[in-house]
Amino acid sequence: MAATSVLGVFAHVDTTLQAIRELRAKGYADLTVYTPVPVEEIEEEIEHVRPLSKVRFFTLVGALTGTATGFFLTIWTSLKWELVTGGKAPVSIPPFVIIGFELTILFGGLATLLALLVFGRLPKLRPSPSYDPRFTLDRFGVSVGCPSERAQAVSALLSAAGAEEVRR
Amino acid sequence: MSAPGQTREVTWADVNRDVIRTVGMPGNTYFFWMTVIALTLACGVAAWTYQIYTGMGAAGKRTPQMWAMYITTFVFWIGIGHAGTLISAVLYLFRAKWRTSIYRGAEAMTIFAVMTAGLFPLIHAGRMWFAYWLMPYPNQRYIWPNFKSPLVWDVFAISTYITISIVFFLVGLVPDIAALRDNATGIKKQIYAVLALGWEGSDTQWKHYRRAYGLLAALATPLVLSVHSVVSFDFAMALVPGWHSTLFAPFFVDGAIFSGFAMVLILMLPMRYYFNWYAYITDRHLDAMAKLILVTSLVLSYFYLCEVFTAWYSGDHFERASVFAKATREYAWAYWTMYFCNSVAPLILLWRRARTNTSILYVLSILVLIGMWFERFNIIVPGLGHDFYPYTWGTYYPTVTDSTIIVGSFAWFLLLFMGFIRVLPSLSIVEVKEVLPHPLKHGHAGQHGGGH
Repeated sequence: MAATSVLGVFAHVDTTLQAIRELRAKGYADLTVYTPVPVEEIEEEIEHVRPLSKVRFFTLVGALTGTATGFFLTIWTSLKWELVTGGKAPVSIPPFVIIGFELTILFGGLATLLALLVFGRLPKLRPSPSYDPRFTLDRFGVSVGCPSERAQAVSALLSAAGAEEVRR
Repeated sequence: MSAPGQTREVTWADVNRDVIRTVGMPGNTYFFWMTVIALTLACGVAAWTYQIYTGMGAAGKRTPQMWAMYITTFVFWIGIGHAGTLISAVLYLFRAKWRTSIYRGAEAMTIFAVMTAGLFPLIHAGRMWFAYWLMPYPNQRYIWPNFKSPLVWDVFAISTYITISIVFFLVGLVPDIAALRDNATGIKKQIYAVLALGWEGSDTQWKHYRRAYGLLAALATPLVLSVHSVVSFDFAMALVPGWHSTLFAPFFVDGAIFSGFAMVLILMLPMRYYFNWYAYITDRHLDAMAKLILVTSLVLSYFYLCEVFTAWYSGDHFERASVFAKATREYAWAYWTMYFCNSVAPLILLWRRARTNTSILYVLSILVLIGMWFERFNIIVPGLGHDFYPYTWGTYYPTVTDSTIIVGSFAWFLLLFMGFIRVLPSLSIVEVKEVLPHPLKHGHAGQHGGGH
């Protein structure tokens, strides 16, 4: 049973949404939706069956690593050469909070970027076969992965939902 | 002037077209101005070379003003950057939709302003080839930076700020560069294809993108507040009369946002004119920015009053003498220029018509930049020139060298900014489209996302 994919190109948010709902109702789970901008209605429709983005986990770990690094760096280096400067003890926590804070943000931000690249599978070296340049302009795309023998039925469903163009 | 509600007529395809047409080979006027800017920058580089060759005396540095115009201009440029982050991160978190048409330009301004500011500690320190000493790196002698020094905090704050700003800026650009890629041909298409990282706008990509963008905004918000607070600590942690104040952190942050918005207007008004973006940057945007300038100006005036009041009410002899000297002695002209530009001139924005009048806004923005430069000048130069002992008092005289370097810094900033607007989209394609009414087959246009 060979797998194939069918792409429907839509001009409107509501028709795209209808196609997604109908495909879901018929049990097609392998959907890729292309949108020029993030659309909340479409996101909600897709997201309620998928786990939340794990990007925030990376951010948290990155930020905590930053805090730890900031305090470790300042305390450890101060103990390497215990010099009293400005009448403060070698290990003075208040000034080190600033370094700890800045590194929290720095590491948190870089970890977020890393997470975006990892989870979003970027950089993507080859364009997906179903991608169309109009998807960065004003068209929406719904690409359905299905067994070859059902391609006909999927095409009909996409057209009925209001697709401007259907191709395999 | 655009008619109210004109944005509603704009379609998604119009946005792509109107932004993409600004990217590409510019005309002769552009090259003429770029040549002028490049020559000015060359003068600045020549002056810096002369200073390296001759020594720091060329910059007019002598006791008591070992900090003078370079640090003034450093704080000025760092402050300019803050409005960009405010617009791109803070207003994003507040879902202020008017930010969408100005945030990209403002964010680019932030990065270029911080890149300009970052030059000044190096110019000021003299031997900038030892700049890496500021960074903690393992070495045989266990010599590490003094983490109790505000100057080291500054290094960390500003390096973090520029890194996070660049990350935020590039992440925001990726879907827009993809739109550019899909419209371009030949070598340009290949370059944009690399920069777009293969962005396709699939649901998985958007899902992680939106989450990452929100988190970056959430990280950038406390960061921007911390950066100018840390810059203010460079002064507030010292005992110099007029510097040693707990007011400094909020005072600096407010002033930074104030001057940054003025710079945004200075850059955006000509862009709106030359790119014919009246449909995107409307009177409503000008009005919103003008209101922010007005509010930050009023807050700043409050801080000015507090500064004078604390000096008087504390009864501290040196504080009082320092304020008195600033207002009446050799730097009085700079002091009163600051008051006029920062506290008096912006009051015109209380008048509704002034908030959308481009000529008034432009002139006012220039006055604000002058005023804010003088604010930092008044803190640093007269502050150091009149401290505890009369035998250390002194007057600073600018030299041709340091003045040329400062003029050169403006050329450096403009060179970067003008280069940017011709190679990358300076209006966010995705975010502007996002706030336009989404295309619907059935139902009312404007129902979704059309609200402003």
